[in-house]
Amino acid sequence: MSANELPVTDGAAAEPLRRSIHGDGPGGADHAGEGVWGRAWRTLRKNPVAIAGFVIVAVFVLVALFAPLLAPYGPNELPGRALVRPTMIPGPSAEYPLGLDRYGGDVLSKLIWGARASLLVGVLSTLFGLAGGMALGLLAGWFGKWVDFGAMRLVDLMLSVPSLLLAVSIAAIAGQSSMSVIVAIGVVQIPIFARLLRGSMLAQRGQDYVLAASALGLSRRSVTMSHVLPNSVGPVIVQATLTLATAVIEAAALSFLGLGGGEPSTAEWGRMLTAAQQELAVAPRLAILPGICIAVTALGFTLVGESLREALDPRNRTRR
Amino acid sequence: MLRLIVQRLLLLIPLLLGLSVLLFAWVRALPGGPATALLGERATPEAVARINTLYGFDQPVHVQYFKYLGRLLQGDFGVSTRTGRPVLDEFLTRFPATIELTIVALIIAIGIGIPLGYIAARRAGSFIDHSSVVVSLIGVTVPVFFLAFILKYVFAVELGWFPSTGRQDPTMIATHPTNFYVLDGLLTGEWDAAWDALVHLILPGIALGTIPLAIVARMTRAAVSEVQNADYVRTARAKGIRASRLRGEHILRNSMLPVLTTIGLQVGLLLSGAVLTETVFAFSGIGSFLAEAVFNADYPVMQGFVLMIAIVYALVNLFVDVSYGLIDPRLRRQQ
Repeated sequence: MSANELPVTDGAAAEPLRRSIHGDGPGGADHAGEGVWGRAWRTLRKNPVAIAGFVIVAVFVLVALFAPLLAPYGPNELPGRALVRPTMIPGPSAEYPLGLDRYGGDVLSKLIWGARASLLVGVLSTLFGLAGGMALGLLAGWFGKWVDFGAMRLVDLMLSVPSLLLAVSIAAIAGQSSMSVIVAIGVVQIPIFARLLRGSMLAQRGQDYVLAASALGLSRRSVTMSHVLPNSVGPVIVQATLTLATAVIEAAALSFLGLGGGEPSTAEWGRMLTAAQQELAVAPRLAILPGICIAVTALGFTLVGESLREALDPRNRTRR
Repeated sequence: MLRLIVQRLLLLIPLLLGLSVLLFAWVRALPGGPATALLGERATPEAVARINTLYGFDQPVHVQYFKYLGRLLQGDFGVSTRTGRPVLDEFLTRFPATIELTIVALIIAIGIGIPLGYIAARRAGSFIDHSSVVVSLIGVTVPVFFLAFILKYVFAVELGWFPSTGRQDPTMIATHPTNFYVLDGLLTGEWDAAWDALVHLILPGIALGTIPLAIVARMTRAAVSEVQNADYVRTARAKGIRASRLRGEHILRNSMLPVLTTIGLQVGLLLSGAVLTETVFAFSGIGSFLAEAVFNADYPVMQGFVLMIAIVYALVNLFVDVSYGLIDPRLRRQQ
């Protein structure tokens, strides 16, 4: 459980001590007084894997944001409608660099608009899951006792159904729309965040600095809010980054199953894959291109998340 | 050991009760209420009223819930609105297909994942170590249905090595006493049928097995790297123990505990991940049936299948917990 691997961030004061225990020097300039995030950032900047991840994510986000400028055609436009025959789907040409699809849509434009749809679903659903999970975890970690018990049984219950199945069930009630996909994926993420936050809050609670803060007469609320919580969010943030990758994949899966709503020609990566199923023998690029987009985007978030996890792990700190 | 099993089975009861409440509430929360969900959106008000009286939807909610629970306990999960057959029957006829597929996927995941993770850890920095990292990245980033697509396109459509859809060649006449097609062929001596069913399992099995393969390889690598530097391994080596015994008993066995937990969790995920893989390969297991149910708003099937998959998931994890004792004698004594 990564809750136990929490960086013990009882301030910079403990750092020289830790260094002398581990017997190696700081390795470069002394960054005393720097927070755990600053140190993580310094590690990340030197890590080629993290940089690769950041570049992928940056490209994806920029494409999504500037889709209206980058895409030659609108998300619902079917410019090549007249060119598509039942037996032939025109491939790449000067006018349509990645060719057309069954409906006469420009594949390049649809991929670009698809980035926007994926970013929207990925970010909103993760925020939803994060907010719900943190609220539940905070409740459990703050009140303890039966609130904790109840919250954790609710989490157990949600985890007792495999996540894709849970998402499918929720999306089925919410109706076929991209909003219901966001809610479904968000709800599925709640238990993970709730458990993580609760676990790391419990681990922080026994720390000396918490005792010290209480001994100084700080109220429980300010101890929790300004000491325990900030020190507990590390693993939650790492998880959120990794969750963005799964959210992009799950969003594609739900719209692949037809739960995203809208026309079959919608500019959405998962939806494009559904449509491509019929054309696998004729035009495999229709499946391969959106598939690669999903995989590369997920790869970007995974690389960032994994490097962040490594950078925040105190066991790796002295080795670098 | 027995006490542990009984204890864990008892803990299942509140979990399943909770789940039944959620699933009950879920159908009640459907847009237009349960009757509309059953009949479709164009149902006449008279038909809705008739269904409401027939199924007792007009009664108080708690009465309805206990009736629902009572039916569940008698194995009555309702009737599929699409096929008109009991949900339990639909589940039981298709479950063997998914089990077969899951077994093939697990054989691939464990058979490749554990050796790959083991070698990667033992030869850190080697080519195999680097390729294990690539494999685990593929496992977490490539969507399973896309992988299924690629496999289907390359090996079925282009190369024609494997069939692209289904469980068995539709022209094949075979008897199916158990609905496990491979087993059926072996039992009845219809070798060609068994072989044909097996060949149909290969591509979906690889697609479904890739994600668990990546996760198992990664867990094994992490666990073995930790164990191989443990004090007792050094001591054993210093004692001059045979290398094969050191590998098997000291390193591998001690690193299998976290791997086993992962595998247990993966089985549950395989059962649900099969929704996508089975859909791509038109493989008639519980997953593709569930996907069709979602498409056709067949709520009794969705409700029943989710509950049954949750039961299977819980039982698999129970089985994994119990098998810890077989691997780790320390846990056996504690129990």
